[in-house]
Amino acid sequence: MRDAPASTLVSVRIVYLARLREAFGCGGETLHLATDDTPTVDSIVETLVRRGGAWADELAPGRAVRFAVNQKLAPRTQAVANGDEVAVFPPVTGG
Amino acid sequence: MTVRVQTGDFDVGAEIARLRSRDRSVGAVAAFIGTVRDVNDAAAITGMTLEHYPGMTEAALEDIVADARRRFDVADVVVIHRVGPLVPGDQIVLVGVTSAHRGMAFDACEFVMDMLKTRAPFWKKERTPEGERWVEARSSDDEAARRW
Repeated sequence: MRDAPASTLVSVRIVYLARLREAFGCGGETLHLATDDTPTVDSIVETLVRRGGAWADELAPGRAVRFAVNQKLAPRTQAVANGDEVAVFPPVTGG
Repeated sequence: MTVRVQTGDFDVGAEIARLRSRDRSVGAVAAFIGTVRDVNDAAAITGMTLEHYPGMTEAALEDIVADARRRFDVADVVVIHRVGPLVPGDQIVLVGVTSAHRGMAFDACEFVMDMLKTRAPFWKKERTPEGERWVEARSSDDEAARRW
């Protein structure tokens, strides 16, 4: 008899900034991703979009959203590991 | 190299003097100072609040300056960016660059600003008589950054 695939639990700290912090009504949270594959920034987005409401609206395809993993700008395809800090924010407007 | 993110104002004269004092081979100083306007997108602006991502913002600015020093023959660079509440007329950002000659100083100063505008995590929220609104990113800033 074969064992079922081992699903690992990856915990990441999510940080919401600027307009997205206000839209989601929180500055951050810890997200636990149960996954058979290596999770990516996109896996996090999919998890959040499934909540519906502001999450689905703000993170819908075509919306301008930027990401950082461990405080470095990151593409949606970037892998995330247990303990990583993933920031989700609108395009920057400093200067 | 000096990179600072602070709530308080900065003294441009003192910062430039400090930058120049370190190197007598400097023959050119270029500086950009960004300030708060009282109008934007056809609305009166009574003030703004600048937010950042502590840690990443400083690291992003240091990366941009390091990139500028690889690309341009510059002597030194200072970047100071304010956060928190500001009113029209306030200084927001200073980029100062020293070099032997003006060409490199102008280019490096513009490069740092173009990269800061598109890669450094800062966000502006404007106050208008109708209420508060987050400033939208401009595609012209992305185009400016792509030139380099």
